[in-house]
Amino acid sequence: MKAPDFRYERPASLSEALALLAEEDATPIAGGQSLMPMMNFRMAAPALLVDLNGLADLAGITAADGWLTIGAMTRYAALEGSAQVMEGVPLMARALPHIAHPAIRTRGTLGGSLALADPAAEMPAVLLALGGEVVVEGPGGPRTIAADDWATGLYETARAPGELVTAIRVPLAAPGQRFGFHELARRHGDYALAGVCIAATGDAVRVAFFAISDRPVRAPGAEAALATGDIDAAVAALADLPIDGDLHAGPDTKRHLAGVALRRAWAEATS
Amino acid sequence: MTQTRTITLTVNGDSVTRTVPVRMNLADFLRAELGLTGTHVGCEHGVCGACTLHVDDAPVRSCLMLAVQADGASVTTVEGLADSGRGAALRAAFTARNALQCGYCTPGMLASALDYIDTGGSADRAAIREHLSGNYCRCTGYQAIVDAVCDVIEGRVTA
Repeated sequence: MKAPDFRYERPASLSEALALLAEEDATPIAGGQSLMPMMNFRMAAPALLVDLNGLADLAGITAADGWLTIGAMTRYAALEGSAQVMEGVPLMARALPHIAHPAIRTRGTLGGSLALADPAAEMPAVLLALGGEVVVEGPGGPRTIAADDWATGLYETARAPGELVTAIRVPLAAPGQRFGFHELARRHGDYALAGVCIAATGDAVRVAFFAISDRPVRAPGAEAALATGDIDAAVAALADLPIDGDLHAGPDTKRHLAGVALRRAWAEATS
Repeated sequence: MTQTRTITLTVNGDSVTRTVPVRMNLADFLRAELGLTGTHVGCEHGVCGACTLHVDDAPVRSCLMLAVQADGASVTTVEGLADSGRGAALRAAFTARNALQCGYCTPGMLASALDYIDTGGSADRAAIREHLSGNYCRCTGYQAIVDAVCDVIEGRVTA
């Protein structure tokens, strides 16, 4: 199908964009790789489409004080081509090729993925495992939200109406820090049936699953078990994790797949 | 009331200016406004890959981009892909290997395959399959398509 009609604006500045987004039924479009399908299906029908692709200031990668700040409009293809990301944020580098297909990664943006908060998307889980931050800006100015507080439900985030995601902040990998990533999907580029990201520093282990709940989730039981290196106990601890089924797999299947993914990601992190 | 915008872009090397409805996607613009019907429209939600073409030399789903968003861009459709040496070689290899049956996926397949070749992809069949995994061939002619891509990379077919 075709997208329903809308009013279209392409602001040239962030302040102009925020003023437009204050209007009723306004929706920002970043890469559009999820919003365009939703509009073509008529699941989304914004009255005003605010195109962020004219905001060059929102794209780019800068390193400072042990953190990488990535502009919200930075595209996946640019992240894949960035030595700062490849070397400084290996977990993100590892996950990027799993996002759909090259043609989608040409347009898709990191900020768009965080703002949409699809429960099966890789980047929100990467950010959660890394303990990153999302920077948003609204009429009241900018504020920073920790990854642990970002996703609040199915496609729901801590972003308030009228606020825009402007940047994503991730800590650069520390010496000796280890990472693991694994996702199980039926075909390459499909949304995962279950996936997991691991970031381990000494006995501090962060585990973030995606595609098993209404949002990316940490697994405290598995984290505690992996802190002692006990992968069997970590998989067993997934029994206590709330898991939602979807169209493709029920909760029991997803729990099994989450365990498989966890074992493989841990093997990668400890190899 | 349909909002329109006037856009100027380069299509296959030629500058084009048109006034388009803002809701029109790039694929429909190329087909309906410019008559470039080589770009095929399949699923219209970015899954099948049939509408893949090049915008500023990178592969893009033209059903997931508005025509107004292509203002100022350089678009290369299947009608223009063979203007490059490797594009012509790929077309020759597809013909030689019988890498198309019904032909519906072919324009998108060529756009994705050319991107793989142009970005230095190797003749590793698994890597080629992964790169082309976003392009569906419902005739399931993948074997011959991968053969054709390998032929170009390994220099067996040239323009």
